[in-house]
Amino acid sequence: MAIIPSPVDLAPLRRAPAWRTAEYICWLLPVAAYFLFPTSLSLLSQMAITGLFALSLDLILGYAGIVSLGHVAFFGVGAYAAGLLAKYGYGDPLLGLAIAGTVAAAVGYLSSFLVLRGSDLTRLMVTLGVAMMLFEAANKLTEFTGGVDGLQGVDMKPVLGLFRFDLYGKTAYWYSVAVLFVFFWLARRIVHSPFGLSLRGIKQNVIRMPAIGAPVHARLAAVYTLGAAYAGVAGALLTQTTQFVSLDVLSFPRSAAVMLMLVLGGTGSLYGALIGTLVFMTAHHFLSNLNPQYWQFWLGAVLVLVVLFARDGIMGIAQTVIKRVRGKA
Amino acid sequence: MTIIFDGLAAGMLLFLISVGLSVTLGLMNFVNLAHGAFAMLGGYVCALLLSRAGVPFLLAVPIAAAVSAAVGVVLERTLYRRLYGASHLDQVLFSIGLNFMAISAAHYFFGAQQQPFALPDFLRGQINLPGLDVGIYRLFLIGIGLILAVGLQWLVSYTKFGAQLRASVDNPRAARGLGINVGRAFTLTFALGSALAGLGGALGIEMLGLDPSFPLKYIVYFLIVVAVGGSGNIKGSLIASLMLGLVDIAGKYYLPQAGAFLIYVVMVIMLIVRPQGLFGRTAAK
Repeated sequence: MAIIPSPVDLAPLRRAPAWRTAEYICWLLPVAAYFLFPTSLSLLSQMAITGLFALSLDLILGYAGIVSLGHVAFFGVGAYAAGLLAKYGYGDPLLGLAIAGTVAAAVGYLSSFLVLRGSDLTRLMVTLGVAMMLFEAANKLTEFTGGVDGLQGVDMKPVLGLFRFDLYGKTAYWYSVAVLFVFFWLARRIVHSPFGLSLRGIKQNVIRMPAIGAPVHARLAAVYTLGAAYAGVAGALLTQTTQFVSLDVLSFPRSAAVMLMLVLGGTGSLYGALIGTLVFMTAHHFLSNLNPQYWQFWLGAVLVLVVLFARDGIMGIAQTVIKRVRGKA
Repeated sequence: MTIIFDGLAAGMLLFLISVGLSVTLGLMNFVNLAHGAFAMLGGYVCALLLSRAGVPFLLAVPIAAAVSAAVGVVLERTLYRRLYGASHLDQVLFSIGLNFMAISAAHYFFGAQQQPFALPDFLRGQINLPGLDVGIYRLFLIGIGLILAVGLQWLVSYTKFGAQLRASVDNPRAARGLGINVGRAFTLTFALGSALAGLGGALGIEMLGLDPSFPLKYIVYFLIVVAVGGSGNIKGSLIASLMLGLVDIAGKYYLPQAGAFLIYVVMVIMLIVRPQGLFGRTAAK
């Protein structure tokens, strides 16, 4: 008796890549924010940049399931690459982004050989170790990086030769948002591609994927490189918009913070990374003005609660709520 | 010679603090990044008992360990227990959250400054041998470390409790089937890990200092010890800590411009060559 495989409903997968109305509205928010909060444009640019950084971590953690405590390494590499380029006369922003992304991708590709060995715990340690090594290197190579004083003399040329970086941060804001949008769009294409689906397969069952012919190691190395490139671009953006690189771009707290944002928003969903960043940075902005110590305490408390009760973050809660509402209707 | 001795003492101190982590992380397979917070708790209890209540040092240290163990039990019963089955990432996030809370709580109660701390007279000073200056406190640390290493090795390998614990970790279901109270074994082990953290924290104030940033400042070192030494392995942790202490002190002495760089290089190389750690047994799961 022949067993007829039950047809798998592929319709949701086919529909997934299409843009939904809510998403269009979501991308109108940055435009609205520009007119609503014209005085806090630098904070808003920071949010866009950190959002891109969270997105890069989401690619490797949320979609491919590679745990990393040292993702900040690539952010820092990108930041320093862009800073040094601009300092020595190649101040074109887009060129800087491209080169910073490439350099970070190269570092990511090389370190992927170290990271992809071993268990989760080994990965956590190796990523952390690599980031700490880079931090110490940047700290000690003062003639290149300026050490603790930071890299100064970053001189940026106008974006596309047209838009100067102004004092009010208008250009910086639009530039950051535009770059974020382009890379978000690209990431969206990637996660819905067969490549992206195979990553999710690897995350769900790493033993079965080779059996259906997916080269697990090559795929993971590829996405790790991609995540590194994204982080590098985010780092370069930070350098270009602030025209300064501090040692802080390689610090462990930044690595931890971006992970928290991602977990808060929900891993494995691109909007989760952005929403997490938005909530986190808004809360940080207001609460740390009140008292930095309270902020840290509540951050810790929220983190514990999220892990215990809301494992999928804000996006997970939102999806549950939507399902319930639809189920009742 | 003095460098070797100082390295050994620093390594022994690392061992004292991180062996507790080796117990929770290695034996129970729980990535407890809040380990430093327990060590900090022990440190604060010890420092406050000494400076405010005038308790003698040799009594304050065990009290510090006991308090850490008690807090460890409470947290294990209420929070940690729920996450035994969770992924490593969840455990990492959870314990980083605890760390943040501990740091700001310490900040709130004790302020940001370093805690004043003075050793009792009989542990101060040096013994001068030809070519070797031996700090008495360092000698004391090395002694305690060796005693603990032997004691723990015996506890885990040769006692009934140790056997029950290893069984509970390797296969909780089968262990339960044999009538082992798995929950109790885990609670006791966690208490042991926290007590060791508190002990290490109390003994470490003299060399590491004590301020609210303690849990994050040194967590990397503790993790390195456990990762390099192989999880759940007392002997491995001991050798890894001693190695790390030696490399750290020697590096600071001979290559000060390299700073902490050297340690991370050693760690990454070790992890690449031996992903299971120096003496790791292959993970049961």
